[in-house]
Amino acid sequence: MKKFLIALLFAPMLALASGGNVHLDKWPGSVSDKAALQNGAKLFVNYCLNCHGASYMRYKNLMDLGLTEQQVKDNLMFTSDKIGGLMAVAARSDEQKQWFGATPPDLTIIARARGEAGNAGAGADWLYTYLRSFYRDENRPTGWNNVVFENVGMPHVLYGLQGQQVLNHETHKLELAVPGQLAPAEFDKAVSDLVGFMVWMGEPQQEFRRTLGFYVLAFLAVLFVVSYALKKEYWKDIH
Amino acid sequence: MSNQGKVDCGRRRLVVATAAVGGVGAVAALVPFVSSLLPSERAKAAGAPVEVDISKLESGQMITVEWRGKPVWIINRTKDMLDTLPKLADAVADPKSEKNQQPDYAKNDTRSIKPEILVVVGICTHLGCSPSSKFKKGAEEGMGADWLGGFLCPCHGSTFDFAGRVFKAKPAPTNLEVPPHYYMADTRILIGEDKKGA
Amino acid sequence: MAAGNFEKYKSDGSLGGNLLEWVDARFPATAMWRGHLSEYYAPKNFNFWYFFGSLALLVLVIQIVTGIFLVMHYKPDAALNANGVPVAFASVEYIMRDVPGGWLIRYMHSTGASAFFIVVYLHMFRGLIYGSYRKPRELTWLFGVGIFLCLMGEAFFGYLLPWGQMSYWGAQVIVNLFSAIPVIGSDLSLIIRGDFVVGDATLNRFFSFHVIAFPLVLIGLVAAHVLALHETGSNNPDGVEIKANKDENGIPRDGIPFHPYYTVKDIVGVVVFLMVFSAVMFWAPEGGGYFLETPNFYPADPLKTPPHIAPVWYFTPFYSILRAMVWNFFGLDAKFWGVVAMGASVVIFAFLPWLDRSPVKSIRYRGPITKVMITIFVICFFILGYLGTLSPSPMGELVSQVCTVFYFGFFLGMPWWSRMDKFKPVPDRVTMK
Repeated sequence: MKKFLIALLFAPMLALASGGNVHLDKWPGSVSDKAALQNGAKLFVNYCLNCHGASYMRYKNLMDLGLTEQQVKDNLMFTSDKIGGLMAVAARSDEQKQWFGATPPDLTIIARARGEAGNAGAGADWLYTYLRSFYRDENRPTGWNNVVFENVGMPHVLYGLQGQQVLNHETHKLELAVPGQLAPAEFDKAVSDLVGFMVWMGEPQQEFRRTLGFYVLAFLAVLFVVSYALKKEYWKDIH
Repeated sequence: MSNQGKVDCGRRRLVVATAAVGGVGAVAALVPFVSSLLPSERAKAAGAPVEVDISKLESGQMITVEWRGKPVWIINRTKDMLDTLPKLADAVADPKSEKNQQPDYAKNDTRSIKPEILVVVGICTHLGCSPSSKFKKGAEEGMGADWLGGFLCPCHGSTFDFAGRVFKAKPAPTNLEVPPHYYMADTRILIGEDKKGA
Repeated sequence: MAAGNFEKYKSDGSLGGNLLEWVDARFPATAMWRGHLSEYYAPKNFNFWYFFGSLALLVLVIQIVTGIFLVMHYKPDAALNANGVPVAFASVEYIMRDVPGGWLIRYMHSTGASAFFIVVYLHMFRGLIYGSYRKPRELTWLFGVGIFLCLMGEAFFGYLLPWGQMSYWGAQVIVNLFSAIPVIGSDLSLIIRGDFVVGDATLNRFFSFHVIAFPLVLIGLVAAHVLALHETGSNNPDGVEIKANKDENGIPRDGIPFHPYYTVKDIVGVVVFLMVFSAVMFWAPEGGGYFLETPNFYPADPLKTPPHIAPVWYFTPFYSILRAMVWNFFGLDAKFWGVVAMGASVVIFAFLPWLDRSPVKSIRYRGPITKVMITIFVICFFILGYLGTLSPSPMGELVSQVCTVFYFGFFLGMPWWSRMDKFKPVPDRVTMK
């Protein structure tokens, strides 16, 4: 109740603090959907890894998605990297700085970095919305702009799949002008898979962590019962 | 209030139960700490098997590759070099490679899979120096006149023959170690792994 | 009470007994055990609020043990690695991914940092409501304030180590505060940084402070805090001095041996605490973005300030007080007075024993004025803490100024309002509620 009142009192400030008024679509995926994560991994190495590194990840970690070493080597590794090697970007960061004006950020923990105070899971929603919000803008050097990330330096790498959107300046809504290879629903699913992979990659052991938490809590519950009985027993002395 | 001298079974049972459950928890809590002392994924990646192409290794030549931070020598021995091995059977400490310093597939007269190709870890079994190659016969490289070629450890003077066998009465206790390895193809060796199913 | 005249241990003839006798003749093992545990008499009416002292000790141990293991893998190095990431930042992700069990150790440490402050704040609140700082326990309280200051330093230095955006810019802002001090300010901040910006030199010295200097002082202060407490004996929710009423053996009638009674009770408290701690650590280690702030998942970038920087939650009340000062006084600018106010808001706790003039200690026997004042103080503390997490705004500034006035008013007005209250008679003996 108190929290509610405080929230009410400062609601206008909160709106300012969050920086933008862009509505974020909720990421519909789940990190326990292995098939989706595998598809996301494939999209990631095909479309992202050329420019962005995932340099805290090892290719070997991808086996945790239910793949064999050979499957990872055949489908997800293009360079002459070793299976135990880091998923570093081939291009050098100083060269990239010349090409793009800025070094594309490493994406290993981007889903965590894009979270918000009070909503650490918002990073997935941001990525899911961002990757679907590119539109044609001839004023930009890349020819692309983004509703969520204004004047973004990155071009729309998925436009082959999504097609080309334009911004309707009257309704402020995006409209699909040129269809891509995928129908809109299929494209949303593909982006959802890709985001799922990035959420998973941010902390590959997160599912295990949550499961382990249940065992630890169950154990502590047992310890609580015996230790509380012990305390009761001793405190019978005290009046 | 004091319960000295009076043994309370219920109380004792609870003390034991709490200590037992708590002890299990304490041991379980040790798991992440102890496992953090083991080699990390980075160390494992660095220690991964190394693939070597020996197609350009000429007869009588030696190359050194790094595996788990250690030098591994690959020597393409000449017929002449191989011929020295039987002659030294009495001079070396463990001519038949009885001591477990090699995989079974290298426990033979030449200590190798293919007779001419020797793969050994170039680390002296005495105190860990890396011996230097003294391939020339006789005193030319500062060895004795009866030297037939092999290796000399600069630290304490242990000598090894062309199969990495240590000579008698030297500080090194055993022959040089042959790492696990197999031929992926005729001229491609994978060092650090036994052949699968072998 | 500690290290009194306890008899030396006499062996029962067994091997262990002989060893203990040998040790005890040379070291006060028995005396320490009896003086501090089995014959340290604590009031029997400790309530919920009395768990937090031992819990603070537990968290200290957790932080030290996990810290030792993290130092084995962490590298305080601001240089960029082959992938263009600062080595320090990459080494944290290395701990999270490549070191077996490393993620759990790191989460224990990061959750432990926040848990430390929660426990310590509750422990201080206990002292506040039951008058634990009053005579004869002033020195215990002063050591406690020292621990709190030291803990803040420890947390501040530690927060730079992950070398993320929030680490970097947080340190940048706080170090620049010192430049507000007249005359020596800019030299002082230069000395703290060891460079013209927060850089590798800063990271290395903060690492040294965090892993050696402050923990050493902290442990020393904790020992002094406990020794001073055991000299005077513990206060209790009634604020009654149990030593004033002893039986024929010289044992306080309302006292019970710390061991086993409070050891078994504290074990229950520890288990409950660990349940809460584990729930956060396993299911929400980011603490909703407050324990691990999301901008800190970007490596430090000296060329780009994140849009919104806020200190970690446990510093935000004091940070709000800093921001509340927007006026220039006596020819010195507001920035300087902000630093003064922030420093004063922490140090002022040290004066509590002499500010409180109430004839009784515990809030149980004090009247409505005390209750209202403490309630207002706590609400102001929460509001200041909440505002400190937000970006500056005119509305927030005004609210934080009002709260700052109440905050200091609570302390500075205490000599008057603490006497004006209505008081209930304090019983001779403690009560079991």
